[in-house]
Amino acid sequence: MLDTLLLSRIQFATNISFHILFPTITIALGWFLVFFKIRYDLTQHPVWLRAYRFWVKIFALTFALGVVSGITMSFQFGTNWPGFMEKVGNIAGPLLGYEVLTAFFMEATFLGIMLFGMKRVSPKVHTLSTIVVAVGTTISAFWILSLNSWMQTPAGFELRDGIVYPTDWFAVIFNPSFPYRFFHMLLASGLTASFLIAGVSSYRLLKKDDKHAPQVTLKVALTVAAILAPLQVFVGDLHGLNTLEHQPQKVAAMEGAWETEKGLPLVLFAIPNEHTRSNDFAIEIPKAASLILTHDLEGEIKGLNEFQGEHPPVKPVFFGFRIMVGIGMLMIIVAYFSRFTLWRNKKLNSWQLKLLVYMSFSGWIATLAGWYVTEIGRQPYLVSGILTVEEAVTLVPSSNVAISLAAYLLTYLVLLVVYIKTLFYTADKAVQVEEYDYSTMPEVSNA
Amino acid sequence: MLSPEMLSYIYASLMALSILVYAILDGYDLGVGILLPIKHDEHANTMIASIGPFWDANETWLVLAVGLALIAFPAAHSIILQALYLPVTIMLIGLILRGVAFDFRAKAKTKRKQLWDTIFKAGSIISAFMQGFMLGLYVMSFEITVVSFTFAMLSGAGVVAAYTLIGSAWLILKTEGELQLKAIQWCKTAGRITFLGVIAVSIINPLINNDVYTRWFESNLFTLLLCVPLLCLSLFFIQDKTLKRLVLTPTKRAWQPFIISACIFGLCFFGLTYSFYPFVVPGQLTIFEAVAAPESLNFLLYGVAIVVPTIITYTIFSYRVFWGKVQPLSYY
Repeated sequence: MLDTLLLSRIQFATNISFHILFPTITIALGWFLVFFKIRYDLTQHPVWLRAYRFWVKIFALTFALGVVSGITMSFQFGTNWPGFMEKVGNIAGPLLGYEVLTAFFMEATFLGIMLFGMKRVSPKVHTLSTIVVAVGTTISAFWILSLNSWMQTPAGFELRDGIVYPTDWFAVIFNPSFPYRFFHMLLASGLTASFLIAGVSSYRLLKKDDKHAPQVTLKVALTVAAILAPLQVFVGDLHGLNTLEHQPQKVAAMEGAWETEKGLPLVLFAIPNEHTRSNDFAIEIPKAASLILTHDLEGEIKGLNEFQGEHPPVKPVFFGFRIMVGIGMLMIIVAYFSRFTLWRNKKLNSWQLKLLVYMSFSGWIATLAGWYVTEIGRQPYLVSGILTVEEAVTLVPSSNVAISLAAYLLTYLVLLVVYIKTLFYTADKAVQVEEYDYSTMPEVSNA
Repeated sequence: MLSPEMLSYIYASLMALSILVYAILDGYDLGVGILLPIKHDEHANTMIASIGPFWDANETWLVLAVGLALIAFPAAHSIILQALYLPVTIMLIGLILRGVAFDFRAKAKTKRKQLWDTIFKAGSIISAFMQGFMLGLYVMSFEITVVSFTFAMLSGAGVVAAYTLIGSAWLILKTEGELQLKAIQWCKTAGRITFLGVIAVSIINPLINNDVYTRWFESNLFTLLLCVPLLCLSLFFIQDKTLKRLVLTPTKRAWQPFIISACIFGLCFFGLTYSFYPFVVPGQLTIFEAVAAPESLNFLLYGVAIVVPTIITYTIFSYRVFWGKVQPLSYY
């Protein structure tokens, strides 16, 4: 029988991994909807309204999954990690509180108007509601990433009798890693949504959907992806440098660097071995890691051996990092290649469309891999240097956690399959529908 | 900076307010889910449409209530949630299933629609029952005995009935014709069952719980306190009369049953909080002992002071936008 600690960790990882899939889409998809809606308001061209109507359905579905999987999180702090709130609740509490107050209610309330209120409010109020929902999702990301970053790089606090008390809220919220992690995540969301829109639009085109809307959304999505992908490399690099400064053991695990070295090679592939404390089957580029991390061929990087017993498990961080970067590179290539082809030939041929369909959820994999790097990279701590994961765990018997974990796993697995199937089924239905009848377009009312 | 004592009062009131608002608002949409007919497609669509724009925001009050417990009374939050580990899990899975079923039913293949309706209904019943079950265990100080378990089951059934009451009252307000007449019947039945439930709990609770007995029957304010159950009981009778009238004149003051139900919720909730105040974990922990650090609660209070009135304003705005009898749900 596994113990409560391990089961609780698996359960939390399962919950948060499932949850993050949906906000990752909605944070950016909300802004895509704002763009479609404003284009429609300005041009009155029905294609923008059609793009909006199709994607607002996907947004609603995705948002609902995000909400319900998010509610479980607020309970799990108490059920599985009581030590977390006991120790750092004075910091975590207000940050979570501000998220609920400034984001959740706003999103949920205006979502109702955005989804079902087009005929009941004026076009202006409707567009405004769409904007408010997008702002809400972004504010939500702001607070939760502030808290997560504080757990990585705590600041603005003091310890009294072993409990954390805030001393400077500005330093707490804008802790050292927060700006980098926040923008890294916003861009990840932008790329995830772009590739989803590109993928589903391509799917519709492959199904011989000859309407204008999927072509337009494909073009918009590829343009956005081509802009955001290189930007993400830049922000990711800054984030890495920040991590090197504040969490060098995480960077050492990402790079598979065991010994402190000047002129550290970049390990392209290897299997890190924690018993021999070295890499098996390594393929390396000499001095490249030092160049990337210190912008100097002979720069010194601290190795894992400097942090014996205090560093994270190496393999998941090492591989997670490579998966994230690998998919990121693939995204840049595909985005540029597709956008360029679209510009030259005005359309993509069937294998190019198929490639984009396969890439529909590439953002999910890269985002999850990235989160595993940063979260596992914080181990064995829950809050860097202050609280270990082990200290925070619940006293609930392991059998109970095993039951709840099994129930969540089953539920999430089913929902994930149904979500993806419904997404493409919605696309199928959109293919079959004839052009919308213009006479049913919303009447302008000032109610 | 406000003192810890003052902060305890403020945050306890806010938490109580969130729980009450949650029970009323998510109560009606859970109630509509409990009542959802599986086969009668047309009515099912109208019923779902009546809660469509609201359920999401309604559920957020639960997040706020749990969030406030977590932030302001973290020790209580962890004691309560660890004691209720499995019921919480079951309730959450119920809420997850019903939340997604709401969306899937509209988008899935037609042949699957009935399945999602069933899941929506089941999820609503499970969530409502578990909330009542946990309330029962809370009242019994989380004892694991046959008596407390039976009481919790009774309490679970009571909450299902109460949510059905307010859910059908919501439908009376939002629908017309055949469905509205049906809702009046549901409301009548649910009202009577809830009535019995409230009486049973009100008698059992002080009998098995000494502290509660003292609070009510040996209080100087006994005569004043007596007004609460009396008012509550008379509301049930007024409700019954109103429903009889509504059968004859269904368009006149269709909002009455909902307001009466909400008042019943308020009175029952007052009775409950009065029974345990100032304890946040019955018999174990008071709000003054459990309260978090003043520097954190003061910091959050700025947000509360500005944001809570704003939330109430745009919630009212949203209800006004969707005022009147329900229209078929469409995304445009």
